[in-house]
Amino acid sequence: MSFLPVFLWTDILIYMLLAVVAAGVFYVRKRPHLVTPWKSVLKRKRGMISIMVLACYVVIGLSDSIHFRLALESGGNGTETHYATEVISLFDLAAKPLRQQVEKTYSAPFSHQLYVKEMQKAEDGSLVYDYPRLKYGASHLENPSDKRDDIQQTMLDATLLSVVLVLLVYMAHSLLASWRNKSTVLTQAGRIIKGQSAYPLQTFYLMLFLLIMVTANLIALSANYHVFGTDKVGQDVLYQALKSVRTGLVIGTVTTLVMLPLAILLGIAAGYFRGWIDDLIQYIYTTLNSIPGVLLIAAAVLILQVYMNNNPDQFATIAERADMRLLFLCIILGVTSWTGLCRILRAETLKLREAEYVLASRALGASNFSILHKHILPNLMHLVMIAVVLDFSGLVLAEAVLSYVGVGVDPSMISWGNMINSARLEMARDPVVWWSLTAAFISMFILVLAANLFADVVRDAFDPRMQGAR
Amino acid sequence: MSETLLEVKGLKTWFGQDEQPFKAVDGVGFNIRRGETFALLGESGCGKSMTALSLLRLNPYPASRIVAGEVKLAGDDLLPLSEADMEKIRGRRVSMIFQEPQSSLNPVLSVGQQIAEVLQWHFKLDKQAIYERSIELLKSVGIPDPQQRIKEFPHQLSGGMKQRVMIAIALAGEPELLIADEPTTALDVTIQAQILDLLKAIQQKTGMAILLISHDLGVVAQMADHVAVMYAGQIVETASREQFFNDTQHPYTRKLFEALPSEQKREQKLTVIKGTVPPLNQDFTGCRFADRCEFAWELCQQTVPQWIDNAGHGVRCHLYDPTIDIAETKKDLRVSSSKLSEVVPTDTALLQVDRLKVHFPIKKGILQRTVGHVKAVDDISMYLRAAETVALVGESGCGKTTVGKGILQLVPVTSGRVRFQGDELTDLSDKALKAARSSLQIIFQDPYSSMNPRMTINQVIEEGMLTSSIKDPQEKQRKIDELLERVGLRPDIKHRYPHEFSGGQRQRICIARALAAEPEVIICDEPTSALDVSVQAQILNLLRDIQHEFGLSYLFITHNIAVVDYLAHRVAVMYLGRIVEQGYREEVLNSPKHPYTQALLAAVPKINAETKHQTVKLEGELPSPANPPKGCHFHQRCPHVMPVCRETYPDLTQLSRSHSVKCFLYEEDYHGSTDSN
Repeated sequence: MSFLPVFLWTDILIYMLLAVVAAGVFYVRKRPHLVTPWKSVLKRKRGMISIMVLACYVVIGLSDSIHFRLALESGGNGTETHYATEVISLFDLAAKPLRQQVEKTYSAPFSHQLYVKEMQKAEDGSLVYDYPRLKYGASHLENPSDKRDDIQQTMLDATLLSVVLVLLVYMAHSLLASWRNKSTVLTQAGRIIKGQSAYPLQTFYLMLFLLIMVTANLIALSANYHVFGTDKVGQDVLYQALKSVRTGLVIGTVTTLVMLPLAILLGIAAGYFRGWIDDLIQYIYTTLNSIPGVLLIAAAVLILQVYMNNNPDQFATIAERADMRLLFLCIILGVTSWTGLCRILRAETLKLREAEYVLASRALGASNFSILHKHILPNLMHLVMIAVVLDFSGLVLAEAVLSYVGVGVDPSMISWGNMINSARLEMARDPVVWWSLTAAFISMFILVLAANLFADVVRDAFDPRMQGAR
Repeated sequence: MSETLLEVKGLKTWFGQDEQPFKAVDGVGFNIRRGETFALLGESGCGKSMTALSLLRLNPYPASRIVAGEVKLAGDDLLPLSEADMEKIRGRRVSMIFQEPQSSLNPVLSVGQQIAEVLQWHFKLDKQAIYERSIELLKSVGIPDPQQRIKEFPHQLSGGMKQRVMIAIALAGEPELLIADEPTTALDVTIQAQILDLLKAIQQKTGMAILLISHDLGVVAQMADHVAVMYAGQIVETASREQFFNDTQHPYTRKLFEALPSEQKREQKLTVIKGTVPPLNQDFTGCRFADRCEFAWELCQQTVPQWIDNAGHGVRCHLYDPTIDIAETKKDLRVSSSKLSEVVPTDTALLQVDRLKVHFPIKKGILQRTVGHVKAVDDISMYLRAAETVALVGESGCGKTTVGKGILQLVPVTSGRVRFQGDELTDLSDKALKAARSSLQIIFQDPYSSMNPRMTINQVIEEGMLTSSIKDPQEKQRKIDELLERVGLRPDIKHRYPHEFSGGQRQRICIARALAAEPEVIICDEPTSALDVSVQAQILNLLRDIQHEFGLSYLFITHNIAVVDYLAHRVAVMYLGRIVEQGYREEVLNSPKHPYTQALLAAVPKINAETKHQTVKLEGELPSPANPPKGCHFHQRCPHVMPVCRETYPDLTQLSRSHSVKCFLYEEDYHGSTDSN
């Protein structure tokens, strides 16, 4: 099977971000004083849990960021290969059944029939007005009344499988530890289970079990059922919730990428150099701050929309159009949101530039640049880190709001905001369709909560005053 | 007079809930009689403040808890009382004043409101009565013009005034006991003398008892009737003042006395107490001081010393236990000499400051027009010779720190010249200045804020080598190790962060950083004022050693006269941005000429208990440098003021080749017109 790789703009930015993170890890590894705080993040239970949860989201998001177009089956005469117009990702490929098992319209979670009645022909030829059976959901069952037993059986199997998997990991871990510490496997196994380690291994294994169990259950169940039901056009809601992860992560991280350089450079410059530079930067951010953010975003998105309509040839696929809009949204969100952080950084820099260690450094003949990057910047990083993570959750939520208003991501792009937007009508319907909103809520809530917990732990670990005072 | 007011027995305040609680106060007991001043003496971290807070059950909760003990105020046990009953004790029968007057007054309430609050709480008074009582209280603490002051807010008052207001608030409840937790530590010497006098006067008038908490032997000597010394959560010695200052018994207390710098010790190293205070979260099997004690022998490690009372002079030490046969003690104590007289300054001036002025503009209005200047440094001339120590003495706000920064060009200099090794620092370009700066280094007062908390010690010291010729990384590391060893630290600490070190260790690291630049002059900006006496001794010894070794010159900025006496060759006294007297140490300190110098020296509390003669006491406080008084800046506070002093600033009078003073008393033309000399 051949394919044509597609590099969307946001994909490229995500890879770049990944490269930066990798370089950061490489840089930190060689420096014992930077490794210690990161280790202490892992040593705390909350840190361990939030990292594992975030890692799951990141894996989904990354696998959803490798895009390509599959080759079409050529008719045999093919010197030329044609590619599908649909851009899909690695994640789509893995979740093929979820993507392709499309029902007619709404169906409730684990349901075997549609949520709306239809005229249909019964076996005896008469017309019945009833809920029809689903095309895929629970279609393997002869009798819908077996559903409960079948679900229980599937869950049991999946749970047993996850127990086996965790045990496998545990054994591998013990083996590795015994090989490293030159002791018997049993003593190491005992140590791990008793939690005799600097790291919260018991928490790790509990969390690992939970994650594997949830994943295994979801995979097993979603093969034959729609775990979170289907939406108006019959698409699986679980698939939508998982596809939204990438949108949320992109908005949260790429926006930060736009915002940070502006906020840090301008904030530090204003605070450190004072004078007319300070006046100018203050003027810029006060002006920008007094324009309503939504107005600016709406204007920018509409301009882009017009541009895309006038130049359709630049965007080969729908995915590319949607992606361009997402990128533009990130940029405009970044431009409107740097002022808050900039203000904080300016104030802190004003304080730091008078600190005695900065004076001492100047007395030692250090240049402005080296003072800025050695003394000022590292002492601002905790503020930056807090702002980034708080903004991350804020931005994920902002995307939902903007899409709801209609100036967010492209309607064709699956996102939590669009899911909530469509849920607006579903909630007004009778009987109520509640599962779209619930799915969006749960997946968004877990991500934001994990991010906030992670922020907390990281801040504690990097604040020198907090060390040992826990 | 002899009736016991406060009786404390076996008080224990512990922090933490786990198996190893931090025993901040571990079995403290003492008695305070009515009308007496009881001083609790000790270095920082020994638990003296926590003891005071525990008496009123104000110890941090739930972080700490009182696990045992008995606190009896005139027979009433305070510890079992309910919180509501306790509120009737606090402020009414026992009040407290704190170290930092800045932070113990509420900035959004006027002085009157804060006093009225206490009065309303404890007495049933109507509005008029409260007002009258408040005025009376302010008058009693020596605040001039109380009708005006009662309406003012804390930021409108000076530090000394604020402490007076705090005392007025404490007195509002007419307490039987006043707990004063380092009441003068944050104040200048002359203001300290005023506050201590005030406390004494109030005590004589009202007959209340004072529990004075202090680390300053001088203050204790001046104030206390009875002294108790705390070490590591316990009282190790208690005695009346006479007994205490004439016959110090506990080795720790003796060390404290020996660690004090003074003129007599100029030719020797100061005694230091080796090691540090042991962590208090352990169970002690022996004497807590044993590891640091020179007299310690096996028994000290094995058995906890008992409390031995010898005619009112109690001590917790095996040395004085009559039941123990002291076989092997009293080692002969050798004092390592480090002769200051061996450091002979050269005759050539290394650093010359000529009519230096640093004025900070005061800007107001929308257009930020300059409406005036704070004349922080106003026309200062001085010089520093190679291998010499010049002390710059003055109260806070007199501009002495700005002089240091002005010399280093760390603040914009308004006018004047600083000449160093033939270069005019004021004229140098930024680039040339960078090169010159490494020869001029500065050590700051607060070792906590003078190091970047996010840099390792290695990085901190490496920064000192910015301009050095050593470029090879390995060579640099070797040099860092060498420097750390030189300042008495182990090289393997270099990958740790500053917050892991104590104040004294941090100051050593700062010295190492300064030395890394291979300087010729170090400006020491109160390097020991944030440190305990025993740690101060270590730092002073270190500074003197490296002076011997590298031939450094120090400009020593300080307000501590004892340190000046120990360390300096020459002394310059500053008042409100100007040097009022300058000369050799013997000249300035032994026969001060300027009335301000005389008053400053007199205000320093003397340890020697016998010499309790009162001399010149300064009234009032330092005027604002933004608006200095016309004529001689000192005339408002000067006891010898003449009409001419109100009109013009005196010129420099050369008393000898080295000793000069700026005062009309010594100018030929005016000398006759004063009758006070």
